[in-house]
This record gives sequence, C-alpha cells and structure tokens, in this order.
Amino acid sequence: MQRWLPAASLLGLLIIWQILAWKLQSPLLPSPLAVFDIASQHVRSGELPHHLAITLIRLGVSFSLAMILGCALGVAMGLNPLLDRALDPWLTVFLNIPALVTVILCYVWLGLTETAAILAVVVNKLPNVVVTLREGTKALDKGLLEMAHVYRFGRAKTLRHVVWPQLYPFVIAAARTGLALVWKIILVVELLGRSDGVGYQLHLFFQLFDVAGILAYTLAFTALIQLLEWGVLKPLDRHASRWRR
Amino acid sequence: MTIEIRIDRKAFPRRGRTEPQLVLENLHLTLHEHEFVCLVGPSGCGKTTLLNLIAGLDQEFEGRIDFHLPKPPSLGYVFQEPRLLPWRTVRENLELALPRGHNRQIITDLLAITDLTPFQHAYPHQLSLGMSRRVALARAFAIEPDLLLMDEPFVSLDTATAEKMRLLLQKLRQKRPHTVLFVTHDLREAIALADRIVLLAAKPCHTVGEFLVPRSLRPADERGIAALHGELLKAIQRSASD
Repeated sequence: MQRWLPAASLLGLLIIWQILAWKLQSPLLPSPLAVFDIASQHVRSGELPHHLAITLIRLGVSFSLAMILGCALGVAMGLNPLLDRALDPWLTVFLNIPALVTVILCYVWLGLTETAAILAVVVNKLPNVVVTLREGTKALDKGLLEMAHVYRFGRAKTLRHVVWPQLYPFVIAAARTGLALVWKIILVVELLGRSDGVGYQLHLFFQLFDVAGILAYTLAFTALIQLLEWGVLKPLDRHASRWRR
Repeated sequence: MTIEIRIDRKAFPRRGRTEPQLVLENLHLTLHEHEFVCLVGPSGCGKTTLLNLIAGLDQEFEGRIDFHLPKPPSLGYVFQEPRLLPWRTVRENLELALPRGHNRQIITDLLAITDLTPFQHAYPHQLSLGMSRRVALARAFAIEPDLLLMDEPFVSLDTATAEKMRLLLQKLRQKRPHTVLFVTHDLREAIALADRIVLLAAKPCHTVGEFLVPRSLRPADERGIAALHGELLKAIQRSASD
C-alpha cells in the first residue's frame, strides 16, 4: 500500500490537471494527453532527442568539471588551514552571486560561446562542491589515519581504504545537490545564449506562447534527470552506506 | 634486540601562551627482547604521548628511540579505542594491516584463537566493545611486530571480560613472545601481566621506580602479589608527595 502511494499521488496530480484542462478549454493549459501527443510528435521528428542530447552533454561536461575541480580544491582546503582561511571569503562571495548574474557576465565577457555556457554552470556549481568536500576532509578521523600510519598502509592503501570511504558520502551528497542545481541553471544558460538544447527550445515556445511544447520538453527533461537520480545517484548512495547500522 | 628509548624533552605548544607545556623530560627506558613492560602512572601524565613518540606518530621531540634494527621496525599498536575501519569487515580489517605478501594463514589462526571466526564477515558496528578490542588485539599480533604498544587496551570493559582479555593476551604471547610496552593505571593488571613495572610521575612525565615481577608470583601467589601491590602503592605515594 505504502509503496504505491507516490505513484497514486502522481496520478492524482495528472487527474487534477486533466479536469482543469477540460473545464478551462484554453490553449494556455493543454491537457496531459495533448502534451503527450506533442511530445511523441517531437520524438518522432527527432527534434526532442536532438535537443535533449545536447543539453545532456552540456550537463555532463559542466557537472564533471565542477565535481573534479571542486573535490580537488575542497580537499586541499580541508587539509591546509592557511589555504582555507585565504580562500574562504572567495567562497562566500561566489556562493552569494545569483546564478543569472554569472551567466550574463560569462556571455558578456566571453561572447555567446559554448565555453562561456559551460563556464557559467561550473562557476555556479563549484563553490557548493568545494564547501561540501572541505567539511568532509575536515571531518576525516585522525585516529584511523594514525592507525594506518602505524600499520604502514602506505599512500595508496590509505587513500583507498581509509580516506575514500570517509569522503565518498560527501562526494555523493555534492553530486546529488549538484545535479539538482545544475540542470536548472543549464536551461537558463541555453535560453540566454545558445541556439540549441532544451533551454533554447523553451525560449522558442515561450515566444510562440506554445504551452504544450513547453510542458512536453519540461516533462521529458525532468523525467530524464529523475531517472539519473534514481537510477545512478541513489544506488551509489545506498552502496556507500551499506556498512552503517 | 634491545630497544632504547631516551626522551630528553617533549613539549606541546599552548594556545595563547609563549612558553610551551612540558610533557616528558629525561625519560629513559630500555626494553629487552621478549620483555613485557608495564608503564603505570596517573592519567594525563603523558603515557599516550610517549607511545605516540615511539610509534613515530609524533616526531617533534628531543631525544632518540633506537630499535637496533637494520630496517625500520614493525610496530603493533593497540590504541585505547579499537580504531577499526567501520566500512571493512573483521577479516578485511586484519588483512589490510598485513604487509604485502605476508602469509594469510595467520589471520585464520588469530580469528580462531580470539573466538572471532563466526564474526569474520561482520562489520565493526555489529560487534560488542569486547569483541572490537579482540579484533584490535588480533590485528596487532597479525603483523608479528618487533614491538607491541598497548595503550590501556582493556579499559571500559567489565571485570570478567577484561580478565578474559588478559588471559587471551597471555595465550597469544605464549605462541610468540613479542616485546610489549603496556600502559595501564591498574596495578593489579600490571602485576598480572608484566615482567617489569615502570612507575611514572606526572608534570613532566619521568620514571620514578622500576620493579621486577618475579615469574613465581604467577599464577596465584596471593600473598606475594599483595606484597608487591603494597610496595608499588608506597612508591607511588612517595613520588606523589615529593
């Protein structure tokens, strides 16, 4: 019973939407069926997969860059108090710049290029990763590191068996909040300065007041992100905590 | 193999003060091969600091620790807490401590002797404190160390479990008599285990007396034990009133 509750609740939302669409009979609120129809049309023409793929590639590149750079910098700051104190004010500044501002500035300074688009997303995401990994590194168990030293684990064994299992939950947490953040920003980036991708398509539909198109792309993209969250990140998270009580 | 420990001076910097806090001064200790030495002293007198210096965890001190070995010594360290990797099973925790190429058979043997064989695939959180301490003990013995450092390894266990652990320690040592440096503040534990008891006084930590424990006291010469216990107590009181 409890297992089916989320599905039932989603179905309820669809039904409310359908009823509202019937009552209003307006092109500004198409019914779920109409949206599905549009979506399948765009899938068949190949347009939706094309733009979805482009957005996903941008997402993958910027997400990976932000994670790699953020983890490296976060660990470095966690290990080195001097570096931590030197860079901490920068973090505060970058954490508080609105995403839209970074996007605009990147486009103004670098032109409407792919590099600018990726950079804008990375800059938005990076501080979050750094902060999470810094805290994770600071929380490393000193007693276990001493144990590893006395028993001569060596660098590779210490990293793999002592440090990584402690950092892993922080990396996954950064990845999950990161994905939630990045996929929203990437649409704004595409809307403002790219001529392909889901964000660009939304921009087109907006100018045509084509609500069915907007909803079709939104639902397709959201579903894909949820699939990533449920199919990849959640299982990784569970794997990380298998030894906990 | 004789191990010579000479700590001339060990101090910790104190926050907000210029003069550091002196922890150890003029502490000399010689450990003979296969000897079991107990360090007895008040809590907070610097016993753990001393073990950490010997283990090489802290290298900022004046003095010398000489193992008289051609290679760096292998050390087993049983910390106050078990310090097991929570994300590795009991067996994995033991295997990770072994140097590359070391015979794995010893782990199977140690698991059997410590009654841990049924729990070898359990994670540490599934174990009681007594069991975790047995794993830590097994890990220290697994590497067949040149010196075994033990920092109050049986504290916060109930009397019966602690007694069982002491018997286990003696049983393990019968198989291979390692040199042991054992820190405790329990005189009876020291008499039960040690060949030699070294008394320490605090601020800064230094030795105030040495007592050989005759083998004839074991297993149960109650009067002999009581006499030595009294003698040790007197020595401790003397050093405290100095």
